[in-house]
Amino acid sequence: MKTKLATMAVAAVMAAGPVMADLVFPSLSYRTGPYAAGGIPFADGYADYFTMLNERDGGIGGIMTKVPECETGYNTEKGVECYESTKGEGALVYQPLSTGITYQLIPKVTADGIPLHTMGYGRTSAANGKVFSHVFNYPANYWNGASVAINHLLETNGGDIKGKKVALVYHNSAYGKEPIRTLEELSAKHGYELSLLPVDHPGQEQKSQWLQIRRDKPDYVIMYGWGVMNQVAIQEAANIRFNMENFIGIWWSGAEHDVTPAGDAANGYKSVTFHNVGSDFPVFDDIKTHVVDKGLAAGAGDQIGTVLYNRGMYAAMLAAEAAKTAQEIHGTAQITPAMMRDGMEALEITEEKMTALGMPNFGPSFAVSCENHGGPGLGGITQWNAADKKWNLISDFGPSDMDVILPLITADSEAFAAENNIEQRCN
Amino acid sequence: MFYREAGDYKTSYQDDGQTFPIKFDRYRYYFVLFVAFAMVPFLINDYWVNAIFLPFLIYSIAAIGLNILVGYCGQVSLGTGGFMAVGAYACYKFMTGLDIWIDGVQYALPPINIFFSVILAGLVTAVVGVLFGLPSLRIKGFYLAVATLAAQFFLVWLFNKWSWAYNYSASGQINAPEREIFGVAITGPSTDAWATYLFCLVIAALCAIVARNLTRGASGRKWMAIRDMDIAAEIIGVNPLKAKLSAFAVSSFYIGIAGALFFAVYLGAVEVGEAFGIQKSFIVLFMVIIGGLGSIFGSFAGAAFLVLLPVLLKLMLADSTDEISGFSSVMSWVFLAAFAAALVMLVINIVRTRSLIAGAGVGWIFASIAAFMAYALTIGGMGWPTDIVAHLQLVIVGALIIIFLIAEPHGLAQLWRVAKEKLRLWPFPH
Repeated sequence: MKTKLATMAVAAVMAAGPVMADLVFPSLSYRTGPYAAGGIPFADGYADYFTMLNERDGGIGGIMTKVPECETGYNTEKGVECYESTKGEGALVYQPLSTGITYQLIPKVTADGIPLHTMGYGRTSAANGKVFSHVFNYPANYWNGASVAINHLLETNGGDIKGKKVALVYHNSAYGKEPIRTLEELSAKHGYELSLLPVDHPGQEQKSQWLQIRRDKPDYVIMYGWGVMNQVAIQEAANIRFNMENFIGIWWSGAEHDVTPAGDAANGYKSVTFHNVGSDFPVFDDIKTHVVDKGLAAGAGDQIGTVLYNRGMYAAMLAAEAAKTAQEIHGTAQITPAMMRDGMEALEITEEKMTALGMPNFGPSFAVSCENHGGPGLGGITQWNAADKKWNLISDFGPSDMDVILPLITADSEAFAAENNIEQRCN
Repeated sequence: MFYREAGDYKTSYQDDGQTFPIKFDRYRYYFVLFVAFAMVPFLINDYWVNAIFLPFLIYSIAAIGLNILVGYCGQVSLGTGGFMAVGAYACYKFMTGLDIWIDGVQYALPPINIFFSVILAGLVTAVVGVLFGLPSLRIKGFYLAVATLAAQFFLVWLFNKWSWAYNYSASGQINAPEREIFGVAITGPSTDAWATYLFCLVIAALCAIVARNLTRGASGRKWMAIRDMDIAAEIIGVNPLKAKLSAFAVSSFYIGIAGALFFAVYLGAVEVGEAFGIQKSFIVLFMVIIGGLGSIFGSFAGAAFLVLLPVLLKLMLADSTDEISGFSSVMSWVFLAAFAAALVMLVINIVRTRSLIAGAGVGWIFASIAAFMAYALTIGGMGWPTDIVAHLQLVIVGALIIIFLIAEPHGLAQLWRVAKEKLRLWPFPH
């Protein structure tokens, strides 16, 4: 343990100095516990993309990348331990894949000067870069997701959902409670009736919620679930013969392992997404040659091309591109967390860039700015085809209702700024 | 040789009745306090304080609290997580300014200093604990355990539902704002490692001293009388109502303080279902069982064991490092050879005695474990997949609980007592 402490101290000193060995992208993963089904493919995708960069390009800008993995089990205490044990190694960006851990880390990373990227989760109002200097949640956040789901309902109903009943089945935690305000505002705007059905952690017990749905007969059900909660909800929906076409999950409730347990009954279930699905992209050939064939795939290597694997890979791609941008801005390949933050703030993803990376039309084009850390908030809808066992993108990446969301983001982030005496930036 | 009364003369009753009557033991205790207060604060960094010392101190307070109830008074409780949540939310309300609404008009207290917020949170939890302790006057054992389990689930549900408790925040999370004592930040993001450590250490030390003296005094004797046989205790004049409810009050006071520190100083942001779920109740109960029922030292030992074990397993098994110094690599071969030798000796012992533990079997088991640990730590971790290590950790903790319950029901504290007895005579046991 003593030698360990000494190496940690040396690493801490080295992080402050100019000489560094690798670009470190820690992965706070969870491969155990009730949320492991979602944690495993994401962690595999995140690790495999960086392995691929190392093998194919020799790292980023000529410097090898390193992805130390730390098991959090979706538990905030272990998340803190993981953060403290990896931050000394010169960690460039954290992606905890847990809203609870994100809330914990927001003040810490800001004090330590390390950027935090919570892609499609975390604290939604962190999109306001004026208040949250080190937190990013591009390209889309929870409130965009809620709005995209409502937009889809508007589209299928010819623009009018007045008087329709919408039920929100949500994980009874900070994560699940996030969309409530947005959905309430949208309900005032579009005139639908909203009912709320919380499901407690971990979500294996949902009989009473679905009994209520069976009794109230809502026209649509929106779900903010994660982990084991998703497959239980879809199974329960199948049990009460709820029409799957009218059941929409957020992007954390729309992966293969969520729908397969219900079999054919899950056919037609929809999910919001902010990136493309399937393995029909050139980048997967590179992953196969440089990672899988060399026996370097993370985990069991059986997740490639699944929805959450793609999301992990997409997160890694955005981190790698931000690192490249940082290297260009500062003219050095050995970037520090502070430079990485600048790179993330100046990140621009275009269709040409994605095509060059072998991921054409994989996600929306967007640019991050000092004020806007949240990206454009575009989202599409995918649908599960149980016969082919495939998710299909059934709409383009469309806009969300920023007229409703922006005031909410401003209000919430300004309340946070007032509470913590934060001076607004970017003026 | 050690821990001997010989030559240690007492000339007053006070001297004879003190907590550590043996001189060597007393100096050891002063030495531990000196190291904890005067040396550790200069040596620790963020990692040590956030991964090891804060959870250890905070869980120790919770374990002392539960030990008073379960170990001293014999009332089983599974509501620890819920009572910690009461402490955390009460502390949050006091530190952000308690607001009360009467007829639509808001009356708010000014924010209270963090130290007093923590103490007040303990008092609020004591009141709640007494309320949920009332059933203990009618029911015992498993039935009481189920009643306190109800408290656990009810309190978690309450703090999810009751938006006043989390100041109406949209996410239901509570966040500790920055608070200072004498100009030094104790909560919030920009705290120094030594400040949070000393704050928790002072409270933990005070709690332990008070608990030790309570359990040595009249109230502790009443609790133990109730634990050992409640009818007999009633006959000799112990009032069960007072004894049981005072145990619940004191126990909940400690657990509430632990919950307040857990939220405000250690995590900084919590969500009730995740941070104070049934898991918390179990882990504190395990600490009490492994540490030793009815022992203040055992509470510390149990907390240290369950906080350190996962970190140690992670360092040993999951981590990996590329650069090892020449000295370390030589030492690692030595330890590997020692590990192999210990395993061979264990096998020989099994073949000879036809038993795993007969003869020197237990000794060889411990020797092989120690050699493997030394090997894993010198090479900087085995680099096994993180999920296997996480599962292994559950298996090991579970196995240890079973082993302790069978082999040493009085826990680590009893091992410590036995070791002290042995050391008194060592090296001349006759």
